[in-house]
Amino acid sequence: MPVEVVMPALSPTMEQGKIANWTVKEGDKVEAGDVLAEIETDKALVELEAAADGEVGKLVIAAGTSDIPVNTPIAYLLRDGEALSDIEATQAQTLSQATEETETSETTGATPTQPTNPTPIAVTIAEDPELPADAEMKEQTVREALRDAMAEEMRRDEKVFVIGEEVAEYEGAYKVTQGLLEEFGAKRVIDTPIVEHGIAGLGVGAAFAGLRPVVEFMTFNFAMQAIDQIINSAAKTHYMSGGLVTCPIVFRGPNGAARRVAAQHSQDFSAWYAHIPGLKVVAPYTAADAKGLLKAAIRDPNPVLVLENELLYAVKADVPVSDDYVLPIGRAKILKAGADVTLVSHSRSLDACLEAAASLSSEGVDCEVIDLRSLRPLDTATVIASVKKTNRLVTVEEGWPVAGIGAEITAAVQNEAFDYLDAPIARVTGLDVPLPYADNLEKMALPSTEKVIQAVNAVCYRQG
Amino acid sequence: MQISEDALKQAYRQMKTIRMFEERLHDEIMTGEIAGFTHLYAGQEAVAVGVCEHLDYNDTIASTHRGHGHCIAKGCDVRGMMLEIYGRADGICKGKGGSMHIADIEKGMLGANGIVGGGPPIVVGAALAAKLYGDGRLAVAFSGDGACNQGTTFEAMNLAVVTNAPAIFAFENNHYSEHTGVAYAVGSEDIASRAESFGMKAWRVDGCDFFKVYETMGEVVDHVRAGKGPAAVEFDTERFFGHFEGDPQNYRGEGEIARLRKERDCITIFREHAAKNKLVSKKDLDAIDKEVSDLIDKSVEESRAAAPPTAEDVLTDVYIDYI
Repeated sequence: MPVEVVMPALSPTMEQGKIANWTVKEGDKVEAGDVLAEIETDKALVELEAAADGEVGKLVIAAGTSDIPVNTPIAYLLRDGEALSDIEATQAQTLSQATEETETSETTGATPTQPTNPTPIAVTIAEDPELPADAEMKEQTVREALRDAMAEEMRRDEKVFVIGEEVAEYEGAYKVTQGLLEEFGAKRVIDTPIVEHGIAGLGVGAAFAGLRPVVEFMTFNFAMQAIDQIINSAAKTHYMSGGLVTCPIVFRGPNGAARRVAAQHSQDFSAWYAHIPGLKVVAPYTAADAKGLLKAAIRDPNPVLVLENELLYAVKADVPVSDDYVLPIGRAKILKAGADVTLVSHSRSLDACLEAAASLSSEGVDCEVIDLRSLRPLDTATVIASVKKTNRLVTVEEGWPVAGIGAEITAAVQNEAFDYLDAPIARVTGLDVPLPYADNLEKMALPSTEKVIQAVNAVCYRQG
Repeated sequence: MQISEDALKQAYRQMKTIRMFEERLHDEIMTGEIAGFTHLYAGQEAVAVGVCEHLDYNDTIASTHRGHGHCIAKGCDVRGMMLEIYGRADGICKGKGGSMHIADIEKGMLGANGIVGGGPPIVVGAALAAKLYGDGRLAVAFSGDGACNQGTTFEAMNLAVVTNAPAIFAFENNHYSEHTGVAYAVGSEDIASRAESFGMKAWRVDGCDFFKVYETMGEVVDHVRAGKGPAAVEFDTERFFGHFEGDPQNYRGEGEIARLRKERDCITIFREHAAKNKLVSKKDLDAIDKEVSDLIDKSVEESRAAAPPTAEDVLTDVYIDYI
């Protein structure tokens, strides 16, 4: 039977294409791999190759024809001993099969096969609250905004309490809990010995029993001692108990590299916790988001990790003065709109993105900068909408490249916006090494403005 | 316990080296040349030296975030340590580890450790190896009153008893776990009794008196080398600086540090004891002071001028090889 050549599906979402031109004519002998035609899609010009050896028996559709549905026969190759008349028989058979498929499809309601890609559990996420134009604002550091979030929630709900190492008398190793002991007393602001696993388990137990603990880790590096309780107890128990046991707990503290404290004290756990079903994970960048997201975390009935950053604690910005400034968990924010390329990041790496965007802007490259804010749920919809506009994407994170946040975003974008990409996605990450101590090595190992600019130049195919 | 004059001079040299190393770092950190977290050991020298003077090259130790003293006492190169803390290519760990991660396996130093309670289980493993070598070697876990509360330490103590490992748990009680007093953070009467409750023999000793530390450790080391099981020692000692450099220390009592430096300084106590009992002359000790001071000066000078690691270094040492 002659070999049918059909309009190829060049991407999962391609529905039709155009034959730009035939590179063979009827009667030509071809071998498998020879180019038969150039197919034009809305994104690219692609060569169509012969799947088998043979003779070009018939070109069914003329060059220049557009909107040819995928899988439509466009040519036939004759193999040894076959004649042109065999083609008609093949065409008739194809038609009857198509009819059968249509009928089957109508009777069962089946849809064409789509790639089955795993997706996270679907959740509905609200919009950011609308702030009235005359909303009262106050300039605060991230540190103060976090403290206010806790204090306000402790006033609102007496079940909320804070526990951790040095949180009470010393007012926090990074002074985030300043004033809390004075206002709420030792019953609700509790110092512990250095026992991370114990504190995490204690917090989980208190949450099971109906309280709303805010567990401070001096840094998330030390939460590695406690990660069993965070994952095995806090994240999984609601599911394992069939919904009978709830764990409304917040684990918070600084995450990521500080400066010159070496490998055990400089680690970005974003991807680690974002991996875990049952947890929610936020990583605020601005003071306002720090307040709104920590308040949301405390009110959330699920376990929430708030990944703060030591080097952002002293950064000031306007924060709404409101006891009810609560942000949705799971919604990214566009920090800077742009048309040419999308930069996606979270937490302190956004410094590098914004600086790169400012620098590139003077060279005529208009970057859109997205702050993920939440890593689980991950707002891929905002990223995908942006990529459909800019067609180019750079992800930026401090964590290691393997199985990182950028890898997850890349998977989502290729799945839902493959045809919109004009260049492979670029990832800027921490180097794939434990963070070194020496000043110059440490800088080499972390994302920087220069590395982001290089990545933007690469996806824009421009000379830096 | 008998100790030769040479051994005493060596012990003093080690204590003084630690003291000057730490006091010099305290000054240099103020200049901004050294960033990051540095936790100084000054005040506790008699413990590290009194323990390590009993150890052989094939005995191992594991340390804490406050590890410089243990490294020096176990024989790590002082110059290499200073270079390391300055983040230089010729540092003992090539500038990759810094203050909290100095390790040198050839000296039996398994590593300082940035995680409170990270060391004790590692030491039980090293002790188990020592037991299998069967030549009397042992392993020592230095921990503070902070780490004595960690579950890892409890697990390690029990494991050491269960496996009859030649491990020594050296608890340096400097009365503060970071910024919190031991009276709040440690629920039991003392730390040694916890070790006893796990089934091992424990000693309590004044950690500011080298002679007492040295004598006690003689008994402890004999006990462990004889295969009588793990042991613990609680040292009553003092921390002259903050938890880390930059700690405001407003949790400490009025005049507390000045009083400790006057009454509880292990270097002063050593000198007084040596003079009273005519063990080492003042002249000899002064000469050691000068020798150590020169060594520290030279190390700092060299470290300031030394080259940082290169871009190639950042990718090496993740694995042993890349085949």
